[in-house]
Amino acid sequence: MGFLEELKALFPPGRVLTREAELAPYESDALTAYRKRPLAVVLPERKAEVVEAVRLCHRHGVPFVARGSGTSLSGGSLPVEGGLVIALNRMNRILRLDPKARIAVVEPGVVNLEVSRAAAPYGLYYAPDPSSQPISTIGGNVAFNSGGAHCLKYGMTAGHVLALEVVTPEGEVVRLGGESLEGVGPDLAGFFVGTEGLLGVALEITLRLLPKPEAYHTLLAAYGSLEAAGNAVSQVIQSGLLPGAMEIMDRLAIEAAEAAVKAGYPQAEALLIVELEGPKEEVEEEAKLLAQVIQESGATEVRIAQSEAERQAIWKGRKAAFSAVGRLSPDYIVQDGVVPRSRLGEALKEIGRLSQEYGLRVANVFHAGDGNLHPLVLYDGKKPGELERAEELAGEILKLCVRLGGSLTGEHGIGVEKKGYMPEMFATEDLLAMERVKEALDPKGLANRGKVLPGYGQGPHPGEVYA
Amino acid sequence: MPEVRASSLEEVQEAVRTYPRLRPKGGGSKPALSTPKDGEALLDLSGLRGILEYAPEEFVFTAYAGTPLKEIEETLRAHGQYLPFHPPLVEQGATLGGTVAAGLSGPMRERFGGLRDFILGVRFVDGEGRVVRGGGKVVKNAAGFPFHRLMVGSLGAFGVMVELSFKVFPYPRATRSLRVGFAKTEEALEALEGLRTLPLDLLALDLVPPATLEIRLGGFPESLEKRIQRLQDLLQREGEVLLEDEAHWEGVRNLAFLKESPIWVKVPSRPDLIPMLEGLPLGPRRYLAGGELLYAGLDPEGLQALRERAIPHLVLRGKADQPLHPPPPEAFFAPIKRALDPRGRFPLG
Repeated sequence: MGFLEELKALFPPGRVLTREAELAPYESDALTAYRKRPLAVVLPERKAEVVEAVRLCHRHGVPFVARGSGTSLSGGSLPVEGGLVIALNRMNRILRLDPKARIAVVEPGVVNLEVSRAAAPYGLYYAPDPSSQPISTIGGNVAFNSGGAHCLKYGMTAGHVLALEVVTPEGEVVRLGGESLEGVGPDLAGFFVGTEGLLGVALEITLRLLPKPEAYHTLLAAYGSLEAAGNAVSQVIQSGLLPGAMEIMDRLAIEAAEAAVKAGYPQAEALLIVELEGPKEEVEEEAKLLAQVIQESGATEVRIAQSEAERQAIWKGRKAAFSAVGRLSPDYIVQDGVVPRSRLGEALKEIGRLSQEYGLRVANVFHAGDGNLHPLVLYDGKKPGELERAEELAGEILKLCVRLGGSLTGEHGIGVEKKGYMPEMFATEDLLAMERVKEALDPKGLANRGKVLPGYGQGPHPGEVYA
Repeated sequence: MPEVRASSLEEVQEAVRTYPRLRPKGGGSKPALSTPKDGEALLDLSGLRGILEYAPEEFVFTAYAGTPLKEIEETLRAHGQYLPFHPPLVEQGATLGGTVAAGLSGPMRERFGGLRDFILGVRFVDGEGRVVRGGGKVVKNAAGFPFHRLMVGSLGAFGVMVELSFKVFPYPRATRSLRVGFAKTEEALEALEGLRTLPLDLLALDLVPPATLEIRLGGFPESLEKRIQRLQDLLQREGEVLLEDEAHWEGVRNLAFLKESPIWVKVPSRPDLIPMLEGLPLGPRRYLAGGELLYAGLDPEGLQALRERAIPHLVLRGKADQPLHPPPPEAFFAPIKRALDPRGRFPLG
């Protein structure tokens, strides 16, 4: 039997998709500039089905890509031409939620926000909150080591994953980590997180839950320049405060957010959101210090949320910023390079200069607390050459981040989009070490082929992903 | 037994290329892990020391792996910062690399998480003498394979760590501790389980068997009084408030309570496992971090009991044929080991 016949024998009718129209929605993820036609899509509902699919791929040498909701902005879940897509959205059960142990054991297709919803009655939550959290899945969060607005204080996904059941690219099922916050032996679960599906597929994930903070203090400050807002962030840090989140939006992002959700933001060149969180007595004291720091930072207007509704209103604009930018431009590329916090000003200035040079608008929304930039490069894909120019500009920004001592990606991953820039950040020996690990676990190069590693595993058609 | 000292990246590479089997050693505070076995050369890394970069406003530093934690903490403290996972054995000379290799955190890990939550990057020499870097020097980074996390608890299996980057946080302005005794272990456990799920931001939450809880708070002096009061109300007990608690917790994190024991172990624990663990012949011990982390002092009988019940543990000090139990899962560990240490120069596997 051929691969497809065997695949169809493994799954009930309706759960193997092979027709053109059925495959079309799986041709790309949220990075829609890249499209590839898979051979087939399977919709497993149980672990054993995923394992069987992976084993079948291994036997036939068919490349496979696991995906959840497809919110990857880096093309991390772009199919391989002629390969299999393992779509995990139906594996969306929270298998166990143990409030005493503060853990949740979930299937990879569980949507991030669902974990916090399920934990809420116990006063617990799942801390990593990428902006995609109402739609992105935990499996994808694990693959990309997803972040969000709270990474400075709470870290990224890796810290919140205690254990994983994984099927290796050769079809072996293995458990990594344990249910305790502490382990002994190499932190293999921690290592798996962020490897973007190159080393296997997560079948079951054990997450740590945290007590939901008791009190929040959310402040919105307006500034006459981006630089002033950036400096305010440094001043907050120097005061010894550790806010849960610090976010900055520039004028273009503010305009977009206003147009989209009418957040009621003040008119300004830049807005800073600072949120303190913790026990109420502590937050009260911290708020006094924050007020003093912000006053000294030259803010032109300061608002403090007096209720949960006001707090949500402040966040609504910020969270809507990405999609809102869609109103300003037919297309845009989101980048997510990181710079050391103290070099944010320098980075933004240079981004402004590049924007002028390329004749393309760039809106800036970023996690200022952890130096994670989100420049949105606006372009019109219908205008000849504009996508290419936008990609080139985005690339210049990535190189700038690395030059300033930062990283190519804070939370979106390398995927196909940024793999060409990996040599900017890593030396050849670093990349070769990654390749050796990949090859040892996946000798046939099947798992998420063509992602992350620039010179490796590009399949039978070298360079196809850039085609 | 050959012994070689390496004080630079190049000397580490040289040593790796020269000796077929190596046992890295930093400060020697965990002798069960750093004492060479037959056929191994001792690679003394205590000279590979010094802080390479530290930007207090970034909450990040990079240091050589052989740097004593004491030196790092003194530097951080001068800027009001600390390693929030509160590494143990600082007084005994523990180094940054040894702490990562053993994967050890101390009592204050309760507040913000353990070692694995704070490591940002690594530069290491693999089993072929090649220099490999993973992670980075910024607090948020998702680029490339996270070799830095692979190093945590690795016992040096994949390479000799040369440089490490870490995230740090501001040290609390003030601290207070509350010690509360209960009549029985079960009562203390019940109270501990209750506290774990509440948003109290405890710096440390330890169970000292048989039935005492030790709780540490950090923050503004003005808020601490109220928060201690709230804890007392919650627990319905006055307890004993320690205003000057620094020395006490330094003792705890340096595992002073294990002093007399021949064998020291780390056991990943959980509150629901504590009744079972309490039934074993374990000697002096303390459950840290809300009951998730047990450090215990044993005699050979205690170690035997852990083995027989297949309870995962790591021996830090004292005689043990295999300090790590159980071995890492073959299907995932072995290929990585093969990729980075194909000749098996380093411990494990």
